[in-house]
Amino acid sequence: MNDMRIVERDVDVKETKIVARKVQVYYGETHAIKDVDVDIDDKTVTAFIGPSGCGKSTFLRCLNRMNDTIDVCRVKGDIQIDGEDIYDNRVDPVQLRAKVGMVFQKPNPFPKSIYDNVAYGPRIHGLAKNKSELDEIVQKSLQRGAIWDEVKDRLNEPGTGLSGGQQQRLCIARAVATEPEVLLMDEPCSALDPIATAQVEELIDELRQNYSVVIVTHSMQQAARVSQKTAFFHLGNLVEYGETGQIFTNPTDPRTESYITGRIG
Amino acid sequence: MAGLLGLGTNGLLALLVVVLAAIGFYIARSRALNSVAGDARGLHSLPSYYGYTAIMLTAVPSLGVMMIWLLAQPLFTENQVFGLIPDQAIAEGSSRNLVMSDVRRVAEGLDIAVARGAMTEEEAGSIRTEFTDIRARLGEVGVALGSNVQAEVLNAAQRYRELTSAGRLWMIAFVGLLAVAGFAVSVFLAKGEFRARNTVERGILLLLQLAAMIAILTTVGIVLSMLFETRNFFSLHPWTDFFFGGSWAPNFRGNSDLSILPLLWGTLYISLIALTVAVPIGLFAAIYLSEYASAAVRSAAKPLIEILAGIPTIVYGLFALLTVGPFLVDVFGRSGLAGLGWMNGATAVITAGLVMGIMLIPFVSSLSDDIINAVPQAMRDGSLGLGATRSETIRQVVLPAALPGIVGAILLAASRAIGETMIVVLGAGAIAKFSLNPFEAMTTITTRIVSQLTGDTDFASPETLVAFALGLTLFVLTLGLNVLALYIVRRYREQYE
Repeated sequence: MNDMRIVERDVDVKETKIVARKVQVYYGETHAIKDVDVDIDDKTVTAFIGPSGCGKSTFLRCLNRMNDTIDVCRVKGDIQIDGEDIYDNRVDPVQLRAKVGMVFQKPNPFPKSIYDNVAYGPRIHGLAKNKSELDEIVQKSLQRGAIWDEVKDRLNEPGTGLSGGQQQRLCIARAVATEPEVLLMDEPCSALDPIATAQVEELIDELRQNYSVVIVTHSMQQAARVSQKTAFFHLGNLVEYGETGQIFTNPTDPRTESYITGRIG
Repeated sequence: MAGLLGLGTNGLLALLVVVLAAIGFYIARSRALNSVAGDARGLHSLPSYYGYTAIMLTAVPSLGVMMIWLLAQPLFTENQVFGLIPDQAIAEGSSRNLVMSDVRRVAEGLDIAVARGAMTEEEAGSIRTEFTDIRARLGEVGVALGSNVQAEVLNAAQRYRELTSAGRLWMIAFVGLLAVAGFAVSVFLAKGEFRARNTVERGILLLLQLAAMIAILTTVGIVLSMLFETRNFFSLHPWTDFFFGGSWAPNFRGNSDLSILPLLWGTLYISLIALTVAVPIGLFAAIYLSEYASAAVRSAAKPLIEILAGIPTIVYGLFALLTVGPFLVDVFGRSGLAGLGWMNGATAVITAGLVMGIMLIPFVSSLSDDIINAVPQAMRDGSLGLGATRSETIRQVVLPAALPGIVGAILLAASRAIGETMIVVLGAGAIAKFSLNPFEAMTTITTRIVSQLTGDTDFASPETLVAFALGLTLFVLTLGLNVLALYIVRRYREQYE
């Protein structure tokens, strides 16, 4: 994993972070992802949109090898992060997931205190030398998750006692605490009310300064609001990928146009 | 007539009620239909509901009363006859209860004699020991009596027969009246606007409530009977010795030491060993099955483990006595492989504890498995997504989340262990003592209950009655554990549902 860091160079911020070529995913006999090629930029929010069952979540889970935890799932093709093949035998999927953080559809704080929720990753990976360093990581992560002010006085209370939107921001803070380079978000606002959604969307925009963020969403408005690049998936194929503005105003593929105008999906 | 169809009076009466109910079904149904000129749409309920109402009103109250009557009648009769036996009729070394069984036997003999035609009904009611050799007369019809019949016993037996036959007549009259009244009411009610459907619904509700009540009342009855016998015990034996004494030495000539403490120690020690075996193995098996095993392995292994739960405990007892015990002696005995000479006999705390532990594995594993499965997948995903390994996820996220449920499972297993009988009867030995050596034989509460109640027992001596005090203590102990376990499990369930 260390050689992944060597590739970090001082270049243009729009450096490509993730390169996927000819990615195929099978669930048992089902061919869920077909021939997906995509380049995801660093320090950019990339949105995956498409109708239910189109494979956008599946593809997202390929990027941190979460699909490995499903027995019947097989992934073929080539996915590189910073030029390194993440499906190479030398890559430890457990280490990879620390570098490629993930936020899930439903807020899933552990049944532990707010502090322990955020400290979970750093403790597992040994990121802090002592208690004060860990305190610092927790505080910084909660600040990045835009929830510090709300919870700083009750760090020892259970994370499950927070409201839905707070829980989701806590989960983002928890993911940020392991200092990932990429943040994957699988419909992070689908279980939240509009106010909490607005807060999380604002947060996503801030996170863009430090991370490459990939977000799966069902809401086209959300994709339009938060992302710079958009990929449209349909029936396991990546139909169209480009600048968000261009996808929403001037799509080249008729299927994309049908979807964003509400005729399919 | 009573012998008709071989049913006896009671059977015949029940049959008549059932037939009446069946007739009621058809009459009520057709009367309801007639009341709306044959158009079932004019009825409040489907026609068969009017029939069911008739069945319910005819059969249920009458058969219920009959059942209660049959249960209560003998108690009432015996109570009446019991007082008829004068004290001098009770021989030395005998008791009123023994005389009562003589009375019943003579009464039965008279019944048989009458049924066979060897005696007329009047004769059976009027014969006197002064004029007739009852023993010989009854011997002729095949009823053997142990001794000559005393005048008081015969008198009581005749009174017994009178009361029984009078009771039977009253019962027939009452039950018959109830059935006919129910029949009449239901047929009268079977008209278009009568809400038969709702009546049936209420009847079904009553039936279900009755079933639930019987289950609860039985428990209450068990507890009460234990309580009374325990009170009898404590009136014969000081409770301080029972709860705080140091030794268990029952002596059927009296003056026994009957303290629960050495037995409780044996019980808890064996249960502790059993849990030490069952909890890690069961829990690890559950973790493997729920977190690591593929669907194919899981579907094969889970039923196999649960087979263990279906083995009768007596088989485990035999396994302890014949296999595990001798094996342990071969290893830890005087001339054993380890050459330690720690163990003298096959029955020991460790033998019973190990085998009981094996018995408890499926309890712990299948309950923990369910509880671990109830932890939402999102928890695991969250942890794995942060770069934790599977075992880190299990240790730090899944197990803490499942902990209350697992503690509940362990408590349930503990209450099983404390109440377990056959394994300890065969595997643990019979010596009541305080010892820390697991290779020694010790005894438990349950084994002592068995031994105090087997063989010739006198239910007036503290040595026998102590079994009830032991049983009640055991009951309170396991009940407490179960309540605690259920409370913990329920609190946990609320968290995720």
